[in-house]
Amino acid sequence: MAKTMDAIQKNLLSEIMDLEIVPEGAYNIRANGESAARHTTANIDIVTKTDKPGIDIIIKPGTKNERVDIPVLLTKTGLKDLVYNDFYIGEDADVLIVAGCGIHNAGDEETAHDGIHSFHVGKNAKLKYVEKHYGEGEGTGERVLNPTTEIEIDEGGYMEMESAQLGGVDSTVRVTRAKLADRATLVIGEKIMTHGKQTAITDFTVDLDGEDCGAHVVSRSVAKDESRQTFLSCINGNNLCSGHTECDAIIMDGARVDAIPKVAANHVQASLIHEAAIGKIAGEQLIKLMTLGLSEKQAEEQIINGFLR
Amino acid sequence: MLELRNISYSVTDEVTGKTTDIIRDVSLTINDRFVAITGPNGSGKSTLAKIIAGIITPTSGRILFCGQDITDMGISERANLGISYAFQQPVRFKGITVKDLISIAAGKDISVAQACAYLSEVGLCAKEYVNREVNGSLSGGELKRIEIAMINARNTPFAVFDEPEAGIDLWSFGSLITVFERMYEKNKGSILIITHQERILDIADTVIVLSEGRVTAMGSKEEILPDLFGTQRPCRVIVGGEG
Repeated sequence: MAKTMDAIQKNLLSEIMDLEIVPEGAYNIRANGESAARHTTANIDIVTKTDKPGIDIIIKPGTKNERVDIPVLLTKTGLKDLVYNDFYIGEDADVLIVAGCGIHNAGDEETAHDGIHSFHVGKNAKLKYVEKHYGEGEGTGERVLNPTTEIEIDEGGYMEMESAQLGGVDSTVRVTRAKLADRATLVIGEKIMTHGKQTAITDFTVDLDGEDCGAHVVSRSVAKDESRQTFLSCINGNNLCSGHTECDAIIMDGARVDAIPKVAANHVQASLIHEAAIGKIAGEQLIKLMTLGLSEKQAEEQIINGFLR
Repeated sequence: MLELRNISYSVTDEVTGKTTDIIRDVSLTINDRFVAITGPNGSGKSTLAKIIAGIITPTSGRILFCGQDITDMGISERANLGISYAFQQPVRFKGITVKDLISIAAGKDISVAQACAYLSEVGLCAKEYVNREVNGSLSGGELKRIEIAMINARNTPFAVFDEPEAGIDLWSFGSLITVFERMYEKNKGSILIITHQERILDIADTVIVLSEGRVTAMGSKEEILPDLFGTQRPCRVIVGGEG
């Protein structure tokens, strides 16, 4: 596969996966709406769906320290790619899944990828899921990414989701829904940066159904130029549980940010916290870095890079 | 090294229109190793430090650094010319680590070992701090020491410290003074310290007393300190009155 990828695809791959070559372990590379390369291991199977576009990724119980890469590359203008990926993480497994979507739109038509990912995290399994979205291209056509993530975590399961969209995506609606069973844990860290006239809507709903389960949903974002962001987060505490949702945004230029965190306690032993802070870069932070020799622009970049690290 | 010529700074209340003079016609030349500025709260000491760093623009007067007029220069330009400024109240950041800040201060990407060396000098157990974020999880005293470590990493010929002793409780003043002495040995420049602490004043070659925005006294510590502290003797308890 590495030999058949062109320079643009290789660049997209490096942007979303920090890889320029085919990864080791299990992987499935989807390019322009078709499966371009696949590799499975003794413990990880990848099967093409027969009823709709997409794949099932099946990780055997007890699989430890393995990794699955599932990058999606779009380089054809005007392409609207819709894919359903289901992940089955077996009991007691401990794995890393790295997904990403890179769009290079050189034309004047909208290019879009709607990825619907469903995670079934088995009993006492541990999953780290990393998702990176990136857009580029000199064309006037919009780059659109609308990921939907459905999560179900069984008893004692743990899932950590890190998602980043740090540039080049004109429009995004990110929907994440999660249901947690007894003693399950979900940790979500989202990073978003928008510029120009981009829009980003991110919408989380977490149902804390199980006893002694817990969730942390933290979003950090930077909105520049005339971009718009909306952060919606709802944590429903339906049992003895703990939930925390936080939105922390830096706003610049003529950007606008709405943050609507919600916590709903439906059980007397639910302990829920929400926080939201939006503001421009503190003047004293800029001044401090300028007294260390940075220009105002360099200081601003340093503060944003740190914030979104 | 640094010369202030007839520096004045005043602010006007937008509501009442009333003008208040913060700094009044201050002229100073700083060439010595250690120069201390002291004076009561509200006397204009921190404002003067900010005027030197370029954070506040004086209403009138000129500032010269190594013979060059820097009055119209911005903060970054002055920093790159060789002026360092340690904040009285250090700034917190999200996501920026202690090592990041020390690297920025040093002007290059430094190794963990080098960053640790700067932290150890200010009495911080380097391993515990080097990768920590400079955020609200650090105490005021810890932030003050990191602030000093940054100035040390900058290694500039001129440094202003605004009340470096504040918040440094357990760590002895002796160590703080050693840091200043080492700093001087390294770059042979001038260190200007705003302080209320007698032990820091005691190492100054020149002590400047500021009151209500004016320099009311300037001279060697031998000349200034007796007057400064001589007027504030401990209370005496008089039992039964005289006779």
